[in-house]
Amino acid sequence: MKSRLMLALVSVYFLALAHAGEVTVAVAANFTAPMQKIAQAFEQDTGHKAQLAFGSTGKFYAQITNGAPFAVLLAADDETPARLEKEGVAIAGTRFTYATGRLALWSKSPHLVDDTGEVLRSNRFQKIAIADFKLAPYGVAAMEVINKLGVQANVVPKLVQGESIGQTYQFVSTENAQLGFVALSQISRDGRITQGSAWVVPQSLHTPLKQDAVLLNHGKDNAAAHALLKYLQADKAKAIIRQYGYAL
Amino acid sequence: MHLSAEDFQAIALTLQLASVTTVLLLLLATPVAWWLAHTRSAWRAPVASLVALPLVLPPTVLGFYLLVALGPNGPIGVFTQWAGWGTLAFSFWGLVLGSIVYSLPFAVQPLVNAFEAMGPRPMEVAATLRASKWDAFFTVAVPLAKPGFVMAAMLSFAHTVGEFGVVLMIGGNIPDKTRVVSTQIYGHVEAMAYAQAHGLAGVMLVFSFVVLLGLSWFNRRTNRRSNRAHEADA
Repeated sequence: MKSRLMLALVSVYFLALAHAGEVTVAVAANFTAPMQKIAQAFEQDTGHKAQLAFGSTGKFYAQITNGAPFAVLLAADDETPARLEKEGVAIAGTRFTYATGRLALWSKSPHLVDDTGEVLRSNRFQKIAIADFKLAPYGVAAMEVINKLGVQANVVPKLVQGESIGQTYQFVSTENAQLGFVALSQISRDGRITQGSAWVVPQSLHTPLKQDAVLLNHGKDNAAAHALLKYLQADKAKAIIRQYGYAL
Repeated sequence: MHLSAEDFQAIALTLQLASVTTVLLLLLATPVAWWLAHTRSAWRAPVASLVALPLVLPPTVLGFYLLVALGPNGPIGVFTQWAGWGTLAFSFWGLVLGSIVYSLPFAVQPLVNAFEAMGPRPMEVAATLRASKWDAFFTVAVPLAKPGFVMAAMLSFAHTVGEFGVVLMIGGNIPDKTRVVSTQIYGHVEAMAYAQAHGLAGVMLVFSFVVLLGLSWFNRRTNRRSNRAHEADA
């Protein structure tokens, strides 16, 4: 009797194993922290495992078009997924916006950044960090803000560029730059700035930072990939995404 | 192949960085190498290992430590601010400092080899002829170790030109100040401007090959010469 029960349990276990899949996901660097949390919940709730690779969307584009085995891309913009779809590398009709990024002007010192960004007109800083404004969406948005506020003359000579938003954060957090435009997700938890001073830039000052997800050709028949895309749009994931300072 | 004005700017900056680094590195590496080649101190092994560290550490580790050290609260940053130079990250001299650390083993090792190969004899002979230590060093040791100096210079220069990770970490990608060829190529690739990336990458490839080819020719020539000298001795 007992052994029969064991046998049943073991076979259920192996059935579950056989059913549980694995999905390799290319994740935009700014989405690192929430995605780790989502992947954990995803694994608990579905049994599927998500292998995460973090990096810049431009690099992922190059890797994916050259045959990298990613099943899903969570991009930092909405152009790259559209482009991959047009080039036939991603599955048409699977694109959606999983999060909208928020930009923040941030400093490690507690009183440098005011809540209207007036500091940008002052000479209370020598270096200001932004993500590469030709390549990284957060850099592009930061440049739009600088132009819209009309502070180019004061700001542009002091600009230093991080290769990604992750590196931009590093420059500010090591205080090599006194302040910088980073992703709100990097500096806030549950709606609060974790350290220093920050100005959450109103979305009216830049093009929305829409971040799109897409299923890639490589994940076409991968059940775990399909499940993950569905999971990202469910309430549980959405709550985590909001927690990290993204709009939806 | 077409290179843009910005590409040429990056090439010029890279050559400037590599030249300044090589000169400073030879000045710094010579006493270090001399000490390593002659000392019997228990510190020899730890110092030799420390000098060789940049060979095995990933540039991201070097760059990360440098970024923290150069910051206003880091040891180097505290010193440079005290000296009135401000902080060095995102500046040409910050890159020079990073490159010196990064290429240090490439300058020290050939010099150690050259000084060791020389043996103690020449300096002893110079001493019996009443040459002062400095005099002997510059008139006897340096000419004898010339192949070592040439190799150290070429390797330091080439290695600095090929530097990427450290520059990326402490550079800040500022045109004409910290945007070198390798980061410019990276930018082209990221921007999906593959044609431009190919142009500049091709230049790098040819340059590196020519340097290595030059080195191996130079090595063969000096080996042949010293063989001939040995034969003449015999």
